[in-house]
Amino acid sequence: MTTSDARLYRPRASRFWWLHRRSYLLFVLRELSSVFVAWFVVYLLLLVTSVHRGSGSYQRFLEWSGLPWVLVLNIVALAFVLLHAITWFNLAPKAIVVRAAGRQVPPRSVAAAHFTAWALASAVVAWIVLGGL
Amino acid sequence: MARRSSSEAVAWLLFSAGGMASALLVPVLLLFFGVVFPLGLLAAPDHTYILAVLRHPLTRVVLFALCVLALMHWAHRFRYTLFDGLQLKRLRTPINLLCYLGAAIGSLWAAIVLFG
Repeated sequence: MTTSDARLYRPRASRFWWLHRRSYLLFVLRELSSVFVAWFVVYLLLLVTSVHRGSGSYQRFLEWSGLPWVLVLNIVALAFVLLHAITWFNLAPKAIVVRAAGRQVPPRSVAAAHFTAWALASAVVAWIVLGGL
Repeated sequence: MARRSSSEAVAWLLFSAGGMASALLVPVLLLFFGVVFPLGLLAAPDHTYILAVLRHPLTRVVLFALCVLALMHWAHRFRYTLFDGLQLKRLRTPINLLCYLGAAIGSLWAAIVLFG
């Protein structure tokens, strides 16, 4: 065998390997959620820009946000960011091992703490957005 | 090699912080401004109120951090989606550059919009 033949073994995967199993598909959908997180940043910055430009511009943003394609895009984006949030908080106990009084805090409590923080953060944002301040 | 792994560690930390910030704040914001207000289920906040909220220094800082971290989260996860999902490992360097360049431009835009 010459050196040029002695190549590394590289298993070939199909470009569509992720369609073969449900768990693979869910993995890819979770990874794709990042695209909708990026879309949210764009949408938020467009909203803030319109508010800074004045009342008329804000009204036009609100009308634009009600166009069917924008609404559908945002509903799809919401589904993806919810998938992101749920899978993220469920995985948190695997990434964060908490010890208290020399014992490991049960992974279920770590996940529960994250879901509680999510509920609190959402409640504070809702309170501000709906005119609580 | 050591340099690459330390930059990967920074990328992973930013990905992680961005994942946490987005998971906590994006669903509720998108629910209101993307779905509930456009559908007319609740009235959108009036201009005076939302302008006052957005002018508050704390709002600016929180939204800026959210934008930057969310974009860093996107850049890291999306480049891996492209390498692994579409088997494009040979294009690793250009994909990295494009993703982080996108995140940097987005962060600059956020700074201009929120503090300009």
